[in-house]
Amino acid sequence: MRGDNAIEVNDLSKRYEITGDQGGYMLMTERITERFKSMGRRQKPQEFWALRDINFEVKRGETIGIIGHNGAGKSTLLKILSRITPPTKGEVRLHGRVGALLEVGTGFHPELTGRENVFLNGAILDMKRREIQSRFEEIVEFADIGPFIDTPVKRYSSGMQLRLAFSVAAHLQPEILIVDEVLSVGDLAFQRKCLGRMETASREGRTVVFISHNLPSVVNLCDRAIMLSEGRVSAAGKVGDVIDAYVGDVTSDLERGLRDRRRHGNGKIRFVDFRLEREGQVIDSPITGEDFDMVLSFEKHTQEALRGSRFNLTILTLSDQTPLVDLDTAATGTTFTEIPEQGELRCTVHRCPLPAGQYYVDLRADAGGERMDAVNHVSELTVAGGDFHGRGGTQEGIMDYRTVLVDHTWSLDAISTAAFDALSDPARTPG
Amino acid sequence: MPTADTQAQAVEYPELVITPPGRWSALRLGELWAHRELIYFLTKRELQIRYKQSVFGISWAIFQPLVFAFVFALFFGLVLKVNIPGDVPYPVFAVAGIVPWQFTSQAITAGAASLVLDADLISKVYFPRLALPISKALGLIIDLAIALVVVVVVTLAYGVSIASTVYLVPAFLLLGVVTAFGMATLLAALNVKYRDVEVLVPMLVQILFFVSPVLYSGTTVGEQAGKFWSYAYYANPMASVLDGTRWALLDQPAPSAAKVLISIGSAALLLTGAILYFRRAERFFADVI
Repeated sequence: MRGDNAIEVNDLSKRYEITGDQGGYMLMTERITERFKSMGRRQKPQEFWALRDINFEVKRGETIGIIGHNGAGKSTLLKILSRITPPTKGEVRLHGRVGALLEVGTGFHPELTGRENVFLNGAILDMKRREIQSRFEEIVEFADIGPFIDTPVKRYSSGMQLRLAFSVAAHLQPEILIVDEVLSVGDLAFQRKCLGRMETASREGRTVVFISHNLPSVVNLCDRAIMLSEGRVSAAGKVGDVIDAYVGDVTSDLERGLRDRRRHGNGKIRFVDFRLEREGQVIDSPITGEDFDMVLSFEKHTQEALRGSRFNLTILTLSDQTPLVDLDTAATGTTFTEIPEQGELRCTVHRCPLPAGQYYVDLRADAGGERMDAVNHVSELTVAGGDFHGRGGTQEGIMDYRTVLVDHTWSLDAISTAAFDALSDPARTPG
Repeated sequence: MPTADTQAQAVEYPELVITPPGRWSALRLGELWAHRELIYFLTKRELQIRYKQSVFGISWAIFQPLVFAFVFALFFGLVLKVNIPGDVPYPVFAVAGIVPWQFTSQAITAGAASLVLDADLISKVYFPRLALPISKALGLIIDLAIALVVVVVVTLAYGVSIASTVYLVPAFLLLGVVTAFGMATLLAALNVKYRDVEVLVPMLVQILFFVSPVLYSGTTVGEQAGKFWSYAYYANPMASVLDGTRWALLDQPAPSAAKVLISIGSAALLLTGAILYFRRAERFFADVI
């Protein structure tokens, strides 16, 4: 190992064997039946290489970003680095204490108080009791929990729980810090605080491995980056170059037709085309306040009827990927008794509630608890401004926030002095 | 830029190499020792959660064996008239058996479920997995210590004197801890992979209850079945734990040294086998759980 390296990863591979239905645990009786079934012919278990021949090194004090699509192997790499799961081949050499922030709040117990949880969680994250004691005030202050520290955590709001959990983790001071997506949670102000904390860590000479979808924060924090695709390193180097490669990869995927897009699922159903319609006419863009249809053509690749199939379309803002509208057959209680070999799935949105702007659509189809087909960013939606409220004009320049439009009315009445005084009566105010 | 200070710190840590696991792995007891504070906090969590929301709090540890002793004394002592050697009143005999038995049965049940209950921790954080069943056992040892006071009080209340060999009680209880912990670790590791262990555990505990001298004396086993069975019976370490405790505490008939050695051997075998299997299985817990 070279003297100035904190992490060396050599020919690292990880194979998962998919046994039984979904891998993972099973019933002993299932195992026995399986043995009987495969008697004579030795069945080869299905294999899946989550990582294949990964090589990279990280210098001491460096901050490296790991990016890649869902399922590219990021979390597997993380789990190997943090020793949660062993590799199948290859090796990792680490120099220094490793601290991993995989998911904050793991091990928080609702019945215990904030204080008790801080110590328990600290111990789980491999902090010494004395370390936690000496930083306790800091942790509570950073989390902004104040007087609630001796209240059971089950009485906390989810935001408070999260802040306390992250605060414990943020005060962990290992030489090598592995961070996974933790910044994507919490409110904006708290996220900034956390990013600041990570910058401090890297200024203090700690080695940081940052695994994220959030490209701007990767650019801000990291010197170098590695991009994973299908378990292999597909780009590595200066953070700017790797992000360009990643964006280019996303763009080229988006340029493909729906049939050839990158997707997840067992393939029992495969969506092949997406179009927009209004009153039977194909259109380019929906108009605020007017009905439009999203039409998805699909093929079925199974003999099953797929009763109980569930379809979901989510509309998100293009700029910051915020989900705005969730359209779901389970929510409307729509069930289809039989899915045909080929078909069109039509979702009609009444009185388009989106203000003019750029959006995109994610698609999911499930049956029997299994994902059949899922494509992110199926299509972009450019909504043209329209007259949602029928007042004779669009919403542009009126709404302060870009949010969905809701059918609503206003009214105003005069009330008597007696009624007004009764409102400010202290007896009415809840104690 | 790394400062001189952090560089100096980094040097203190030896290089850690992560490689594919071999077929068997070392015991790595040193690592467990390094995580003793984690074990301390996990044990504390056990006790806090168990007694936090119950009205009677820690007094359950006293109350529970008393209730059992009362019920068993009533049915087995008065109604069914179980024969016990010596002249100790049956309730005293029963409570001295029930208290160590309670520990064993609870430690097996709680320990076997310990990994699956903390599946979240296992799939997200690295720590020696043995810390989970260990902390369950430690939490119950506290209960056992409290319940032992009950045994002494009941004994004295019936006018029975405590034997001079009482200092040997902890040794027999330790054998019980080893047995329970061995069973618990083995079942816990199996439970990660096979969820039907959850169904199996209560059954196993029931069977163990009947083959252990909780409500009767093991020294009489073999009077009819023959010499072989009188020894084979002690392959269940709980036989020595319970008979031995009653001998040391109440001067009841003792199992012979050979029988106790059989029990010790069998408990040691169980514990070693359990830990070896656990160590072998644990590297893949996170993938399977």
